[in-house]
Amino acid sequence: MTAAGNPAVAGVGRPITGGRRLSLTWVGAVPFLGYVSVFLFLPTIIIAAGAFLSDSGPTLSNFGNLSRSYIVSATINSLILSGITAVLGAALGAVLSYAIATGNPNGVLRRAAVSASGVLAQFGGVTLAFAALASIGPAGIVYLWMAQNNLDFYSSGTWLYDLRGLEVVYLYFQIPLMVLVFLPAVDGIRPQWREATESLGGNTWHYWRYVAGPLLAPAFLGATLLLFANSLSAYATAAALINQGGIILPLQISNAITSEVGLHEPGFAKAQAVVLIAIVGIVTALYAVLQRRTGRWLQ
Amino acid sequence: MMSTSRSGVEVRLEDLRRRYAGVTALDGLSLTMAPGELVALLGPSGCGKTTALRLVAGLEEANGGRVVIGGEDVTNVPANKREIGMVFQAYSLFPHMTAMQNVAFGMQLHEVGTEERRKRAGEMLELVGLSAHANKYAHQLSGGQQQRVALARALAIEPKVLLLDEPLSALDAKVRSRLRDEIRRVQLEVGTTTLFVTHDQEEALAIADRVGVMNAGRLEQLGPPTTIYSRPATPFVAEFVGLTNRLPGVVKGREVEVRGTRLPLVKPDSTDGPAIALVRPEAVSVAADGDVSSGPLIGTVIATVFLGATSRVTVDLGDITVLAQLPTSDAVALTAGTRVRLSLRTDPVLIARDEKAPTEA
Repeated sequence: MTAAGNPAVAGVGRPITGGRRLSLTWVGAVPFLGYVSVFLFLPTIIIAAGAFLSDSGPTLSNFGNLSRSYIVSATINSLILSGITAVLGAALGAVLSYAIATGNPNGVLRRAAVSASGVLAQFGGVTLAFAALASIGPAGIVYLWMAQNNLDFYSSGTWLYDLRGLEVVYLYFQIPLMVLVFLPAVDGIRPQWREATESLGGNTWHYWRYVAGPLLAPAFLGATLLLFANSLSAYATAAALINQGGIILPLQISNAITSEVGLHEPGFAKAQAVVLIAIVGIVTALYAVLQRRTGRWLQ
Repeated sequence: MMSTSRSGVEVRLEDLRRRYAGVTALDGLSLTMAPGELVALLGPSGCGKTTALRLVAGLEEANGGRVVIGGEDVTNVPANKREIGMVFQAYSLFPHMTAMQNVAFGMQLHEVGTEERRKRAGEMLELVGLSAHANKYAHQLSGGQQQRVALARALAIEPKVLLLDEPLSALDAKVRSRLRDEIRRVQLEVGTTTLFVTHDQEEALAIADRVGVMNAGRLEQLGPPTTIYSRPATPFVAEFVGLTNRLPGVVKGREVEVRGTRLPLVKPDSTDGPAIALVRPEAVSVAADGDVSSGPLIGTVIATVFLGATSRVTVDLGDITVLAQLPTSDAVALTAGTRVRLSLRTDPVLIARDEKAPTEA
């Protein structure tokens, strides 16, 4: 029973007028609200406001500069990188989640896979870039071994430092993140639903087409969106792996602030950040809608 | 309401066997269900009753034996081809479908036309009294309502056999009792041969045409509820179904002597010597302390429990306690501490030879 529905506890708070009471249940959320205000809302407001400012005062030129060809190119690259790593990460992570969920619920394999996913989903930045270089880099141990065995995957050029390289490296944290986000939904699928489908005359195809598929689809799409946002906003790994240029938008933002050769354009950096914030905001909203639907079904 | 009456089919389980990793779950179960009959398999956890049901459903493979439904050997037929309706313990409704869609789903799989399946699903929901809830999702229905929808869904495909796997165990007592009667009413109306699995003896005795009591993978006794209760075939059945006093005695020929009272044996071939007589509480008479004509045994009332029309009296005889079930009108004066006299009705009894403490089951 909720507090609102329970007369014994509904009276928390001081009476104001006409016997109505002011609920104080929101007090518990104050630390959280304070935290997100300082570290999320305030920076967002500063960035959004700063995007309309230049050294000489208010301006729209920062947004006009978004049409520069290298910015358009970086934005497209960011969307491609995010799209590909989200879809591949979601697909591979979903298969891994299904394998984990259908295994022994108390088994070592499950505990190990879930723990490893928890760690690897946060694995990024310099450490991940170094791991990539040391393993699949042109002097990496995996690459050298494969090259010696006539499996030279750089035969047509070293792609580790371009978009394709980022896609491979990003999957290293995207797949574990998918496992973390999607596994609870797969765990929520009850064996009775498959058995009920069978007893009603359905086969495996019917089960996935009419039962498990529709039930998991919102969670799958939601998790894919989360992976998309995760990839879109990732900076440190790309910065550590790619020293020069700005093939994706986060690197361009960095360049606009810290470039030693170009112009110092903080307002322009903020305009680019606003684009990222807008995309992530839309994706997050869609994610929340889909999660709410799944949560209702799988409660 | 749709014409739901249809004749059921005979279901035969022949020497069914199932082992899991060296453990025998089902050890040669044979059982024939008459068309339209409702048989309840009753037993403690792990006795093999659910395994038996899942073998009939085709959700598990037997290691031996046959399942014959309507004269057809379906032992090797996959579950989705057996024409089985199944109601699970709980949580089996598809949560993303409304009650109506759940009920219609089986017909959709059988490629029944949209209009026809909508009509029949509506009729099935009417049959279980849930027409007003047709458009609700599972999470908007109570546990009892969900099980009624599950029953309608199982029956909507007009199965040859209906399998009920402890469908009431997740419900509270009041809903359980009401839904139990509801299931029986619907089953009688549609006439589908039904196998009902439960660990609740009251449920089994109330709902079934015949009850099969299972223990350790075997069928101990199969018979009408009254027979199971009043003439248990084995000590296990006597102790599992209803309450039983375990009274030490001595077998002499065709009788067992318990505290001076000679009780005839159900199975008079028992070897002479010490044994435990299994005596129902209703076969024990209790009267306030009087002369010996009130009963040969003297004891003290420990407790009296009011059960409505009857009361259960626990009497201490010094070395053992005995349960007696009496009409409440006779038990009013039997408060704790009252000195009483006991007598045993000379009904045929079963005996046990084990060393368990000689008290009630």
